[in-house]
Order: sequence, then C-alpha cells, then structure tokens
Amino acid sequence: MLMPVTLLNTERIKLFSTRSPWWCALLGFALPVCFAAMYATESGDFLSLTVPATQDGYRFGMAVLMVLGVVAVTGEYRFGTMRTAFQAVPRRWAVLVAKTAVVAAVSGAVGEATAFASWGVACLIRPDVDLTLNTPAEWRSVAGVGLVYLFASVIAVAVGVLVRQTAGAITILFIYTLLAESLIAAVPGAGPAIVHWMPFYASRVFLEAGLGFDAAGSAPYGPWGGLLYFGGVALALLGVALVVVERRDA
Amino acid sequence: MIEASGLTKRYGRTLAVDDLSFTVRPGRVTGFLGPNGAGKSTTMRLALGLDHPTSGAIHINGRPYRQLSHPLRAVGALLDPRWVHPNRSARAHLHWLAVAGGIPTSRIDEVLDLVGLSAVAGKRAGGYSLGMSQRLGIAAALLGDPEVLLFDEPANGLDPEGIHWIRTLLKNLAADGRTVFVSSHLLSEMANTADDLIVIGRGRLISQTTTAEFIERATKATVLVRTPQAERLRAVLTQQGCGVADQPDGALLVTGATGEQIGEAAAAHQVVLHELSPQRGSLEEAFMQLTGDAVEYAAQPAGAEDSDLLAAGR
Amino acid sequence: MTLLAVERIKLFSTRSPWWCMLLALGLTVGLSGLIAGESSDQFPLTIGGTQAGYQFGLMVIMVMAALAITTEYRFGTIRTTFQALPPRWAVLAAKTAVVAVVSGLVGEATAFASWGMAKAVRPSADLALRHANDWRTVAGVGLVYATGAVLAVGVGTLVRQTAGAVSILLVWALLVENLVGLIPKIGTDVRKWMPFNAANHFLTSGQASLGTGGAQQTPMPYGPWGGLGYFAGVAVAVLIVAVVTAERRDA
Repeated sequence: MLMPVTLLNTERIKLFSTRSPWWCALLGFALPVCFAAMYATESGDFLSLTVPATQDGYRFGMAVLMVLGVVAVTGEYRFGTMRTAFQAVPRRWAVLVAKTAVVAAVSGAVGEATAFASWGVACLIRPDVDLTLNTPAEWRSVAGVGLVYLFASVIAVAVGVLVRQTAGAITILFIYTLLAESLIAAVPGAGPAIVHWMPFYASRVFLEAGLGFDAAGSAPYGPWGGLLYFGGVALALLGVALVVVERRDA
Repeated sequence: MIEASGLTKRYGRTLAVDDLSFTVRPGRVTGFLGPNGAGKSTTMRLALGLDHPTSGAIHINGRPYRQLSHPLRAVGALLDPRWVHPNRSARAHLHWLAVAGGIPTSRIDEVLDLVGLSAVAGKRAGGYSLGMSQRLGIAAALLGDPEVLLFDEPANGLDPEGIHWIRTLLKNLAADGRTVFVSSHLLSEMANTADDLIVIGRGRLISQTTTAEFIERATKATVLVRTPQAERLRAVLTQQGCGVADQPDGALLVTGATGEQIGEAAAAHQVVLHELSPQRGSLEEAFMQLTGDAVEYAAQPAGAEDSDLLAAGR
Repeated sequence: MTLLAVERIKLFSTRSPWWCMLLALGLTVGLSGLIAGESSDQFPLTIGGTQAGYQFGLMVIMVMAALAITTEYRFGTIRTTFQALPPRWAVLAAKTAVVAVVSGLVGEATAFASWGMAKAVRPSADLALRHANDWRTVAGVGLVYATGAVLAVGVGTLVRQTAGAVSILLVWALLVENLVGLIPKIGTDVRKWMPFNAANHFLTSGQASLGTGGAQQTPMPYGPWGGLGYFAGVAVAVLIVAVVTAERRDA
C-alpha cells in the first residue's frame, strides 16, 4: 500500500523528467506576459490600460497548460508507461488522482505567476497608469487566473484519460473551448440562454464579472458561483474518467 | 555492390561514424559486426540516403542511394520493423510500397507467402508480435526483388525456427548473386551465416576479412601441457620451433603445435605427461577482445572500483 | 501519378482520416441545422448563417492534414517512404496535393450539405444562390479547406510532432488571430493581415451576416479574392519552407 505522498512524488518525478512539461510551462507563462507587454506598450488615450486588460492573454497560457495536462496522460499511454504505473499501483484511480493533483498544482502555480507577471510588466511599461488592485473584482481578475488554469488542467487530464490519444484530446479540447462555446453562443435565440451553462463561459464570469464582461449580470450565478460551476464540471468529468479507467483494460 | 569511402557522420558532439571505408561484394553474405552503439544503424541509414553524411560517401552500385532511378527495385532494406503504421494491415503496407516502387502488385502475395504472413495479411500491423513485424519488414525488403539487400539485426525477436529460416534465406539470396549486407552485434550469429565480416567499433573500421580468416586469426590454437619434467619438455618443444609460455600453476601453454605433435614429441623424448589439452578461445571472447577498447556503453567490471580503492589504500 | 497514388493509398488505409472527415461534416452540418431551427423573424436565416460552422470543419480538416504527415514521423513510415521515393520534395508535394484535394471535396460536401440542411429545416427561408457573392460564400468553403490543409501539412512537416503541430494550428487560428485584434492601435491593422481572417473575409465579404457576428466591420485592404490569394500565399510559403527543411535534415 503506497502512501499518497509517495504517489504524488512519483507523479512529480514523472512529469518533470521529460522535456515537454517544461516547454509548456515556459510557453504558458511567456505568451500571456508578452501579450500584456504588447498591450501596455500600444495602449493610449483611445484604448486605456485597465487591470483586466493586463490579463487578456490568459487564454494563451490556459490553452498551453491544457496541452500539458493532456500530454501528461496520453504520453504515458503512448509509451506504455501507464501499464507499468498500474502494475506498480493497482488502484488506478489513486494513480490518476495523484497525477491530476500534480498537474493541477503546477498549472495553478504557473497561472498565478503568469497573472501577476502580466500585471507587473504592464505596471512597469506604463507607470503613469494607476493599476493598483483596489476592488475585490480587480483582485479576482488577477489572482483568479491560477484557479481557472487549475480547473482547466483537470478537464484536460480527464479528457486525456478518456481519449488516450494526444491528437484527439487536444483537438476536442481546443475546438470546444476556443470555437464551440462562442459559436453556440452566437446561435440566434437559444444561444444566449445556453451559454451561461458552458463551463468556460462560467470561468470568464468568475474572472471578469463586474469588469465589462457579462455586464448585464444576466448569468444566473455570481462570479464565485461561476468558479464553482466550472470546478464542478471539471471534477465531474474527472470522476467519469476515473470510473472508465477502473473498468477498462489498461 | 556497396562502397563506403571516408564515411563520417556527426550528431552534435557525438561522432557516430568515423572515416569508414569498406566494400560489400555481390554473391556473398557480408556480416556487419559491432557492439551496440558502434554505428551500424547509422551506416545503414546513410546507405539508404535517410541521413546526410557529414563527409565522405556511401554508394550503391556506384551511385548515391538518392540518385538511383528505381530504388526499391535496386535495394531492399529492413532497418526497423516498427516503421509501419499500426492501423494499417500488412497487405495495405506492402500495397503502398509496391505502388511507390513501381512494383507489380501481384508481388505482394508472393512475398507474403515467402515470409509466411499470408494468413494474417489483413490484420492491423499494430497487433503483430515482434517476430511477425520482423517478417513483414523482410517482406517489404524483398518486395522489389532487389539486387542489394540491407538488414539491420534481422534475427531480433525471431524464435529458433525463425532464426534458422532467416539464415537459409540470407544464404539463398547470396547464392542468387545478390549483395547481402547484414548487421548484428552477435558474432556467433554471423559465424554461421556470413562469408565476409566487416567489424566496427565506435564508428571506426576494425577489420574487413572473410569469416574463416577472422575466426582463424581470432582464435589461435594453444595446448595446455602439465608435466613433472617441464624444463626438459620446454627444451624439446623450443627446438621444434614452438612457443612455450609458463602458466602461474606450473603448466606450460604451447603454441605452434597440435596436441598430437606434442604428445609424440614427449613420447620420443620419454617425458611423462599429466595433462595434454588443446585450448580454443571462444569466438565471442575473441570478438570482445577485438572491440573491447571500442565499446561505447561498457559496463564497469564488477569489483573494479573496489580493487582501485584497495590499490589506493596501499 | 505514382506519387499521388501512393499518398492516396496511405491516407485511406488508416482510420483517422475517415473519422476526421465524418466529424468535419457532422459538426458543421449540425450547427447549420441548429441555427436554422432557432431562426425566426427576429433572426432571419441567411446564406451566411448556413455556413456559420465552417470553422468547425476547417479545424478538423487541418488536424487531419497535420496527422497525415506527423503520424508518418511518429511511426517511422516517413523513412520507409523516403527510402522508396528518395526525392523528398516530390513526396511532400504529392502528399499535400492529395490531402488538399480530399479536403477541398470535404469542404464542398460540407458547405452544400449545411446549406441543404438549413433549407430542409426551414423551407420557408429564401436561401437561393443568386449572386456571385452567394456562390462564393458556399462553394468557397472547399477552397478554404483545401488551402488550410496545405498550411497544416506545412506546419506538420516542420514540427514533426502531432501535439505540437495541432496545438500551433488551433491556437493560432482560434486564439492568436482573435486576441491580436484586442491590442490597442496596431491590433486592427495587424488583424487584417492574419491569414485565417483573410480567409474569413473571402467567405463572408458581401454577406449580411454569418450568424456568428463575425461579419467584417473593418474595411479590408484587399477584396474577397485577394483574401483567398493572401491565405493561399501564406500556406504555400509555409509549405516551401517545410519542404526545404525536410530536404536538408536527416529523416
């Protein structure tokens, strides 16, 4: 019987002993920060620099860290190391929970670092603009990025476990998060009603409610409700993945 | 005919192949021998135009591979049996290769029969055992009925019957007058199959000879003799032009004479013999001795560190 | 001809291209049906609206095209291929041609099926293709898919890894091009020269609405056919860089 700490350590070693997670983490950090720097440089009287505007590039980082979450799982399936892992620890759900925890923690940490670095670089470039974090909404829009990364990577791990193939999992995730939600929202009539129950829309409500997004406050939940819903969907998906893994042949 | 001249390939800081020159002749099986990491596979990839040489060249029938007009009909190769799409059937894999090589598709069933895969030809290649993949790779190599054949470790993953089959196949291909170039890291495997041997270590040529010559040279015969009259026998044998070396336990190690000759000489001079045993070094020993200082990934001999420590402590 | 036949056999003897084609068709036509079903007097159904989901199919087709080359690298069959056919540029050109033609056909099928689906769901809507604009919006989808496939083969050849190639393509098409527009001052101008935005201009220019609100507000520095030309130019440029790279590096 392995202790949870051992499992977490195992997964941590596995994750960081290959190159792609490092690349993903680096890219997930660098892309939004560069975007914030570009935005701050070009901002002026016409388009003013605001706290939420410094975070506009967070979806770059989220997308890249979702790739990390997927590859952490599908890479193991591809090289057959998943079978070795299940051989070492026959309680498969425990292996996957540990893996999810490590990936989520890394994503959350990268998310926080990214958010504050993006905000910091904007402050440095435009010292004349007041970017102090005054209201809870402003704090949420910056510090909340890590939480959104965290749950997004849980979704990525779950999809990776279900699909077991890198290309398939990444395609599904990107097409859904980057295209399907906005296309469905644009369907006349039904769109605006369904869109509130799309998980990534809910995550944006959490980050940007009261700061221009969902201005009408038409979402049937508040910002924290949005996070709760987003997190709930992520954990539910993970639950399904765990059940499937226990039943399916490794 | 395969000719390498000054072939050199460098990957970053690693020199995989170092100024290699050799000739592989038609009508014979030529073994390409060397320990793991010696540069055998790299040489094969260079021969097939997959990698670009850093300097030098390797030609097939007098031309670089990429200038051959019908490469698959001139050269057949098996480098890695896993180079097949796992969701493609054996027949589909051979089909696209046949079309690519301008080879009549009727040939597909012929080679499938030849390697014994006809029964599973419609199944996805991803489900094949290593031995079956190896047979598919061989089928692909034979597809174009080529004059020149390159096989990288073809016996890998085959059962004893499969190994016997591949040996016979290689010999028959050579008997047809084809050029057959086979790599291996096991000398014992090559000793029974190859007519010529090209031995490399750390990317450099160690020797190019016939197999018989290599074995003859590598395993010089010696005879171990034990006698209470060692000095007398030594004088007799030295007089006859034999080499005599003392062993730590007082026995003599004689070179240059057979056991029979030594026994007769001893009887003629009334020397009592306690033991007379011909010694023959094993092929593997000889091979290891040859390539010993050229092994890339050598294991530390057990206890080597300890004895070093002891020596240092003295 | 041999090269084309080889690539055709290779493409259709594995499963994933079939899945991708099916998915491209299903997603796009499905969304068209949904939009038609939800249309009303307040939100009238337009020809542009029937093609609102073309990006679904485009993304899936680009994944298919990238996979056509990255799986060859992954399973090592690219070496078998280069061994059988040493001129690498010819192999890659043939693969691109086959993938582009298949993608174009899927695009046409998708576009007309989406249009037909909308017509079937809402027979009352006026969806007749009268003007050149209307034809471009529907029949142009195939051209965009074919060009997108060329770009994807190029990126796949350069990156050689499925995860990397697919991520780059989708993040670029769906995220970078949109977020760039957010940057103050230069954003709007830069966006005009983004390849997928140019392709979108080719399809949507002159149409009332694409249903996604994606209709061009900003005037573009080129016409619709110029947009397609620019998109194709970028795709071919990437492909050429990829082919030159493939010729030079070790397989």
